[in-house]
Amino acid sequence: MPDTQRGLRPSLFHLLLAFAALAALIGMSRGAFGEGGEPRYFAITNARIMTAAGAPIDGGTVVVAKGLIQAVGTNVTIPPEAWVIDGKGMTVYPGLIDAGTNIGLQEEETPGPVSGGRGAARRSMTPSGPIPMGPEDRPGTTPWRVAADEFKTDDKRIETWRDAGFTTVLSAPDSGIFPGQGSIIDLGGDRSGDFVVKPSATLQVSFRPAGGFFGFPDSLMGTIAYVRQMLDDASWYAQSEPIYDANPTKNERLPYDRAERTISQALAAKETVILPANNSVQILRGLRLADEWKIPAALYGGQQGYAVAEAIAAKNVPVIVGLKWPERPKDADPEGEQTLRELRFRDRAPGTPAAFVKAGVKFAFSSDGLAGPKDISKNLKKSLDAGLTPDAALRAFTKDAADILGVGDRLGTIETGKIANLVVTDGDIFNEKTKVKDVFVDGRLYQVHAETPSEKPHGGDDKPNRASASPAADRGTSTARVNR
Amino acid sequence: MNTSGLFLALGSLLLAAVPASAQNSNTILIRNATVLTVTHGNIEHGSILIRDGKIAGVGADVKAPDGATVIDATGQFVIPGIVDCHSHIAVDGSVNEGGPSVSSMARIPDVLNPVDISIYRDLAGGVTEANVLHGSANSIGGQTVVIKLRWGKPADQLPMEGAMPGIKFALGENPKRSNFDPPPGVPRRYPGTRMGVEETIRQAFTGAREYKKQWDDYSQRKAAGEANLIPPRRNVTLDPLVEVLEGKRYVHAHSYRADEIAMLMRVANEFGFKVRTFQHVLEGYKIADELALSGSGASTFSDWWAYKMEAYDAIPYNAALMTQRGVVVSVNSDDAEEATHLNQEAAKSMKYGGLSPNDALKLVTLNPAIQLGIDTRVGSIDVGKDADLAIYNRDPLSVYAVVQKTLIDGQVYFDRDRDIAQRASLEKEKQDLIDKEKKAAESEKKKPQEQGKKPEPKKKGGKPETSDGQVSAGGAL
Repeated sequence: MPDTQRGLRPSLFHLLLAFAALAALIGMSRGAFGEGGEPRYFAITNARIMTAAGAPIDGGTVVVAKGLIQAVGTNVTIPPEAWVIDGKGMTVYPGLIDAGTNIGLQEEETPGPVSGGRGAARRSMTPSGPIPMGPEDRPGTTPWRVAADEFKTDDKRIETWRDAGFTTVLSAPDSGIFPGQGSIIDLGGDRSGDFVVKPSATLQVSFRPAGGFFGFPDSLMGTIAYVRQMLDDASWYAQSEPIYDANPTKNERLPYDRAERTISQALAAKETVILPANNSVQILRGLRLADEWKIPAALYGGQQGYAVAEAIAAKNVPVIVGLKWPERPKDADPEGEQTLRELRFRDRAPGTPAAFVKAGVKFAFSSDGLAGPKDISKNLKKSLDAGLTPDAALRAFTKDAADILGVGDRLGTIETGKIANLVVTDGDIFNEKTKVKDVFVDGRLYQVHAETPSEKPHGGDDKPNRASASPAADRGTSTARVNR
Repeated sequence: MNTSGLFLALGSLLLAAVPASAQNSNTILIRNATVLTVTHGNIEHGSILIRDGKIAGVGADVKAPDGATVIDATGQFVIPGIVDCHSHIAVDGSVNEGGPSVSSMARIPDVLNPVDISIYRDLAGGVTEANVLHGSANSIGGQTVVIKLRWGKPADQLPMEGAMPGIKFALGENPKRSNFDPPPGVPRRYPGTRMGVEETIRQAFTGAREYKKQWDDYSQRKAAGEANLIPPRRNVTLDPLVEVLEGKRYVHAHSYRADEIAMLMRVANEFGFKVRTFQHVLEGYKIADELALSGSGASTFSDWWAYKMEAYDAIPYNAALMTQRGVVVSVNSDDAEEATHLNQEAAKSMKYGGLSPNDALKLVTLNPAIQLGIDTRVGSIDVGKDADLAIYNRDPLSVYAVVQKTLIDGQVYFDRDRDIAQRASLEKEKQDLIDKEKKAAESEKKKPQEQGKKPEPKKKGGKPETSDGQVSAGGAL
């Protein structure tokens, strides 16, 4: 029968179908757990849980459901659909937060010194563009740049940081006086938008003169004066715009100035203003300027904070402490004269976090300038050796970081309702020998790269390897999520 | 705030002895010194009583009350602390905001650096007050501040309470940039001539007047009950110029040539303000009468000139000649090192121009205090004034004189004996820290050899490498 014959003899079409089915099967075996593909319910049982919101819970369970922490405690109901991870011998931490990076951002190219504005900048023949001659030329001012908008998922650091227990970073642009706005980034997702917890979290400020050669500002005091004028202009705009809108026939119309508009919006949204201040002079200056400008500031750097911790505490201004402790330059002249001042600074800087704890300064840590988690770990150890307790360190990396960055309502602790960013370790996370076993970002389980499946004593033996890390431009292969 | 902690934090250079925080006694007697009061003669075997930072008694028969700290100054000389009317110490970053030729938005008080070692060195030269100025790159420069050299205190405790704020102007070659060229492709900044400098100042004050009028109009209309008005922008560049117009801010004008000094007097007159001091004013002797008539002070160098074209027509008699014509004259440093021997700079006017020792001493004490409007507080040794004093081992107008102690607000901020005494321990601390660092570096070097060069001994499991060398993979944090 022609029909039968036809049926027996596989046509090209059927052959293709078979291949497709086979491919699907292979894909399934790599990726699918149950009908839904990726599991969204987890329970880590019988673990020590460092909530960062109170005392540790021994023999506790954390339930993760659809990205959030559903329950935590010793007596919780585990949903039937949950993937249960036996946490015996394990410790669960809130995902660590690195409060100062440029992860996911391109290396900065210094933008042209002039960013529009109302001024008449001096024209130059140089390719860098007109020379800013005053505040109205808006030198180095791009507050509308939002890290989230420029975030690239193929940054290898996403994986490296996550493997060490970081689930969240502040990523911020860094060139100019008002470089832009920092975003809270969770280190996991497919598309860049998936990573973004809060696009406009911080308003970045720097006091680096941005006028270039012969332009404004070319001094520290000129830069501070410019920031003062810019903030004034922003509050003038915030005050004037509603008046104009309500009374357009009564007043001359307002000129459009993107910088003052953006900054006024950022201030209205109570974004944390990041003010760089590293030595004691800069710190006290930063405190004074934050007062004068009435901005919700966080000091960035703060490494000589040991000397002025009480002054900082008195102003109740938080600090994002840079973990790249000052070091003697590698290429320093061995015979070169060193001042007692710099020697003392290098010796005492790692004692700053402990001094902050003592004085009651709220602080977080930033890895700014460090190559990777190994260096973070090495530098943090110096602070632990100088008296910072692991509990206090944990707070700085979790709850306090989240609070300082304005996301304490959703991140930073293991509490019901918080985003399920979790780190499972086989011991004290600040001990060098401890290994990170699993990392949850937004309730999704990510495996850690230094391990092979056979090494994993927990979490199910058929857990697949992470996805291959072949680079892709847009899709987040670097996220290396389990079960995709 | 924990003061001793701050001292530790801020006083950190090798020779930077820090005043003992144990200066608890608020009553001090400096006894048996030659007291050069400047205002009422010299007192042999005189004593100065200090209470709560102020001078409470001066004379040959002032006795120490019970519990007073006694500083025995037998054979020594006490003068009022030196006031340096032109200084650039204690500034973080550039002293010039060199972009625009009107940089009045820049504020020295924003960038005071209390750990600048020059503060301590100038203290060791008997200086207690310094007028910290913006540089002279611009026709109208930044805002200035009078500080007390309270070494060891944070920046916000340096400015002298109640001292009038100032602003720097500059005339001639510096603002018109005669002596350096912009790089290729960068156009010359306006102004490029002395005429242009005058025009720039005029333009700025014309703008300031308009700005003030905008605000006055706005305030008036608002006060009249008019609603829904959009306020003028605040302008941080023009605000200080309005203060000049309102007599709330002194003008300190860098200047050399007589003609441009006269020019600025005319411009100031036209806009209704006064130039408080002409700085450098090397040709001031040519227009001493005009200066005296205008009431502007003249703050000059003793014998420093010819470093550029406009500074050639100068003579060391300048200070004495202007003084003799009734100008209030001071001799300033413009330089951290020069400030350590202003007593000698003052003494030069005894040789060049024949000033009396007391008039010479005035050049660095009372006169600059008058110029800065702080003479009710400092500049002489009188009851009621701040106890800002310098104690020398010899007559301070001698080149052999060396400062032994400098007091501000009755506190010893420099003590030569203490400085010398603590050098060894500071040297030891330094060496210990160097050794500690070396030791740490050596043990750091050993580590990777023990553990193998690779940062992470990874098991081979067909896993792609994750680290590209830029980032270091790791275990737990």
